[in-house]
Amino acid sequence: MSTRAVPSPTTEVRATPPFATPAAIRRRGLTEPGAVRAALLAVAIGFLALFVAAPVATVFGQALSKGLGAYLAALRTPDALAAVRLTLLAAAIAVPLNTVFGLLAGWAIAKFRFRGRSALVTLIDLPLSVSPVIAGMVFVLLFGRSGAFGPWLTEHGVKIIFSTPGIVIATMFVTFPLVAREVIPVMQAGGTEEEEAARVLGAGGWNIFRRVTLPNIKWGVLYGAILCNARAMGEFGAVSVVSGHIRGKTNTLPLHTEILYNEYDFQSAFAVASLLVFLALVTLVARSAVEWRARRLAAEAEALVPREEAA
Amino acid sequence: MSIEVRAVTKRFGNFTALDGVGIRVESGELVALLGPSGSGKTSLLRIIAGLEMPDAGTVLFDGEDATSRDVRDRRVGFVFQHYALFRHMTVFENVAFGLRVRPAGTRPAKDEIRDKVLHLLRMVQLDWLANRYPAQLSGGQRQRVALARALAVEPRVLLLDEPFGSLDARVRQELRRWLRRLHDEIHVTSVFVTHDQEEALEVADRVVILNEGRIEQVGTPEEVFERPATPFVMNFLGSVNIFHGRVEAGKALLGPIAFDYPEHPDAAALPAAGYVRPHELDVGRSADAPNGLWTTLERMNAAGALVKLELAGDDGRLLQVEIPRETYLELRPELGEKLYVRPRSLRVFLQRGEG
Repeated sequence: MSTRAVPSPTTEVRATPPFATPAAIRRRGLTEPGAVRAALLAVAIGFLALFVAAPVATVFGQALSKGLGAYLAALRTPDALAAVRLTLLAAAIAVPLNTVFGLLAGWAIAKFRFRGRSALVTLIDLPLSVSPVIAGMVFVLLFGRSGAFGPWLTEHGVKIIFSTPGIVIATMFVTFPLVAREVIPVMQAGGTEEEEAARVLGAGGWNIFRRVTLPNIKWGVLYGAILCNARAMGEFGAVSVVSGHIRGKTNTLPLHTEILYNEYDFQSAFAVASLLVFLALVTLVARSAVEWRARRLAAEAEALVPREEAA
Repeated sequence: MSIEVRAVTKRFGNFTALDGVGIRVESGELVALLGPSGSGKTSLLRIIAGLEMPDAGTVLFDGEDATSRDVRDRRVGFVFQHYALFRHMTVFENVAFGLRVRPAGTRPAKDEIRDKVLHLLRMVQLDWLANRYPAQLSGGQRQRVALARALAVEPRVLLLDEPFGSLDARVRQELRRWLRRLHDEIHVTSVFVTHDQEEALEVADRVVILNEGRIEQVGTPEEVFERPATPFVMNFLGSVNIFHGRVEAGKALLGPIAFDYPEHPDAAALPAAGYVRPHELDVGRSADAPNGLWTTLERMNAAGALVKLELAGDDGRLLQVEIPRETYLELRPELGEKLYVRPRSLRVFLQRGEG
């Protein structure tokens, strides 16, 4: 046996890079073989192509099947414009109100200990676990002509079901957990020490909220509001039950799409649907932007931490 | 401003955090609340600040009842254990916060705020970091920002919760000397909470020792160290060797050793224990004086100004002894050697009863 067969410790150390590069990991066989990775990637991409890219392409393909003129014309019909208006109105009411609600609920749950706290957390999640159709029916039973509050509402000339207020209420119901769910964990992680510090320094409730609490959770709130908005504009089930499908009056974009589709006016249906797809894309971009910004701020702060030095 | 706490009791559910505690802090004093975790020291500090309401008892500032006064109106400076700096504000904005949130009538002008904040930052030697965010500071720097922020509102009382708790040993040492110097300069009545006896004894004018929601002893660092009032204080302020036994007829009979104990002249025996600090024991090779015991040297740590010995008695008891380096060099003990150990002085506490 020659001595050359045993490498000296120093050569061994020099041969290993200070940290494992992906290439180094692959060389040392610490990851799956290439074939497996390629297969996994292919499955993921194939799945996305089948369930995301193909439908999106179809929507735009169908929408533009009779040319750009027909596409724009379909969007410019009074019924379509009314649907756009109603959808925007519902979102414009539901998103701010649910943002405020989410902040209040998040505040209560994260900062206070009280009886029924966990029950409240469960209740907030209810709209996400209940079928939207059921949610719509609940409101029909409550506010409809023969519902619990029906006679009183009719007497006072207030119409909720088959009218705009019903659509707004149904939209709010299905979207109210979205901000709260984003805000609660962020608030809980933040604890109450900063608020206490602000209080000792003489700040009042509003100042504490505006200057301390809100800045710490603003990315969570924004993220929640974006999700809330997407859901509010796209909601179908609950809104469908309370809407009554009155053309030009109580149709939101998703409902209008369905009506056109049921009338075999595929080109118009897909033209309207393309607006919703467009909304989805905007939401995705906004979401990524918020996530990216929040992550970058955290990374920037991290990068600047100095080593401990003597006072 | 002086602080007085009278018969304060605080419960959290079934747990009694404070049980009829009363202390008095004179104007300009620096007092340490010392105790193990769960002793109620932080609760007491938070009650003084007004962050917590006592279930019973009163808090007086300068003789005036402040128990029901809101935190905002107490004019206290509070330094939180984990600093609680505002994450999204720069160092400058953190320190300026207390001035900026004042109602319009009493809020200083912009320039005044700037001058004041910069002055405070210079005082804590951090003016060069005014535009950094808390996440970009080291632990010791954050601690000093927290202190500057608390001082910005010109508090009448400064309260600090484990101010050096989350710093590493060297920074801690320097920061506490710095705090002591700072206090000597600005002389604001200060109370700080700590579980570190060394810290309390080094920094404070007076030390309040708490255990299970009650006060064990109040006194200067020297008083509590030299004349501990209870076995708990004795134990908490450093390591001790305990000799169990009894007192009867003016004598304390503690296993191998006996001392005069005139406080108990009765013939009836009472259970008692003698407490001896490691540095209060003499070690030698001959039994030249009574009241000692023969032991075997089991372990030895000669690194440091004091040499630490661990000795085993014939009855299996272990004794911790510290001898000065010079004594060690004269004696040159060896592991396994038989040595005679004799307490120079000893404190007797009656068991279950006052000491």
